[in-house]
Amino acid sequence: MTSPPAALEPGARPGAVAWLLLTPLLAWLALFVVVPALLLFGCSLGERDEFGQVLWGFSLENYARLLDPVYLRIFLRSLGFAALTTALCLLIGYPVAYQIARAAPRVRELLLLLVMVPFWTSFLVRTYAWMAILREEGLLNALVAWLHPAWAPLGLLYTPAAVVTGLVYSYLPFLILPVYASVEKLDGALIEAAHDLGAGPWRVFPSVILPLTLPGIAAGVTLVFVPTVAMFAVTDLLGGARVPLIGNVIQNQFLQARDWPFGAALGVALLGLFLISQLLLRALRPHGVIRG
Amino acid sequence: MAAPRFPLLSPAAGPRLLAAGLRGWTALVLVFLYLPVLVLVVYSFNAARLGVGWEGFSGRWYAELLQQGPLQRAALNSLVVAGATTLLSVVLGTLGAWLLHRYRFPGRDLLESLVNLPMVMPEILLGISLLVLFALAGVGLGFTTVIIGHVTFSFPFVLVAVRARLQGLDPALEEAARDLGATPWGAFRHVILPALRPAILAGGLMAFLLSWDELIVTYFTASAASATLPLKVFGLAKVGLNPVLNALSALFLLVTLAGVAFSTYLRRAAR
Repeated sequence: MTSPPAALEPGARPGAVAWLLLTPLLAWLALFVVVPALLLFGCSLGERDEFGQVLWGFSLENYARLLDPVYLRIFLRSLGFAALTTALCLLIGYPVAYQIARAAPRVRELLLLLVMVPFWTSFLVRTYAWMAILREEGLLNALVAWLHPAWAPLGLLYTPAAVVTGLVYSYLPFLILPVYASVEKLDGALIEAAHDLGAGPWRVFPSVILPLTLPGIAAGVTLVFVPTVAMFAVTDLLGGARVPLIGNVIQNQFLQARDWPFGAALGVALLGLFLISQLLLRALRPHGVIRG
Repeated sequence: MAAPRFPLLSPAAGPRLLAAGLRGWTALVLVFLYLPVLVLVVYSFNAARLGVGWEGFSGRWYAELLQQGPLQRAALNSLVVAGATTLLSVVLGTLGAWLLHRYRFPGRDLLESLVNLPMVMPEILLGISLLVLFALAGVGLGFTTVIIGHVTFSFPFVLVAVRARLQGLDPALEEAARDLGATPWGAFRHVILPALRPAILAGGLMAFLLSWDELIVTYFTASAASATLPLKVFGLAKVGLNPVLNALSALFLLVTLAGVAFSTYLRRAAR
């Protein structure tokens, strides 16, 4: 096994052995990412027979069904829930990320750890914790009954508010961590310069800090928005079946209704939405850097 | 605190109030993040079945956990799946990171986007598209299908972690090894690999925790016999509250804490 010394530099062309080693990676991605995505698309063009089997074909009927107001409403509701969750996470999380980044190194490490633990805690456990708090005989209602008996019990669980609370609770660390990374890279001299030029904190934030941390915000927003649009587990647990989101409908088409082609069409629509949001973010990202 | 040297509304008061506000807000958010989970842990020791009232300290629900065969079975399944996922992800991720770092070839950028895709794509899409693939290929759902799903979204995390470490590595390291007569494999095995160990361990830990917690992809790719713990817990939680689940959640938390502690230790060791 002798290779020319040129192969040592990063940037060399792979030889036969390297190609051989690359094969598992290529095969894995082709077989389990690319091919399934294509099959999903193919499936969305088919239809189901009366036993729930997929009949492959070529019809756009499933996509026409997507335009049914029922599904359009569900799509819009999912986007609304995800947007609300993302906005709340940003409002709640940004100051926290900022505070962590400007804390003394020791405190910073501790604070980071304190955000990491919920980040790694199973979202099922965290959602379940809210079920226990919000249910009729739960802690919050006990508190309400104690403070203001006339109001108790409040129907808290299985409401849209419960779903959004659970989603914000689950995804908050996903926003804090990337924003922190971006605030931490902030050049303090720039802020000082702005202060020296007479800008107060209310002026420095929108014109210096915010644009410079835009990459972190973009990353955080993606990490929150994308999974929440398609979430079905949190909505199932905290929303009951009362507030179906697009994830619940897809899940239902695949496992209960057994209309795979329609579920696949919903999935392809979701994939399209996801790709569009990625392209938008990519288009936005360089501006944030350039403006800084 | 020393007596304020400035009246409250001095020019310095604004920033100082802001700083205090930021601190207070951060504390409040941390309470918000921890309180629900802490309540859950405390109540897992409550003798009462589901009431709000405290009826005494008891380990009853933990004891009952030991009698739940299906849950234990699911926990074992989860361990098997997470173990296999970690192993495969580490191999695939490390190899991929090394090759993507070392070589330039046509389609490399496309390949990189493809690697990133499973990390950012909504999990439900991975789940349903794999389900269609397995159905079409006539592969029955079981451990293999769950592990395939898990590896697909886990190995990119290993790859990214290892790649970041590779980029910080001095290229002269490998050169020196080769000059001293090491074969390419020898240089990789004895020079590069040890330098990558912290990143590989961190990536592997991430793969393990991701797999251990995963619900959505599993939901579409598991059979009844290969159901993992999150899948079982989800099924139980959908029906309603259950004191045994409180105890189980507390144990879950313990696993997470151990994982985070281990990863912190790894990061310290890497420095």
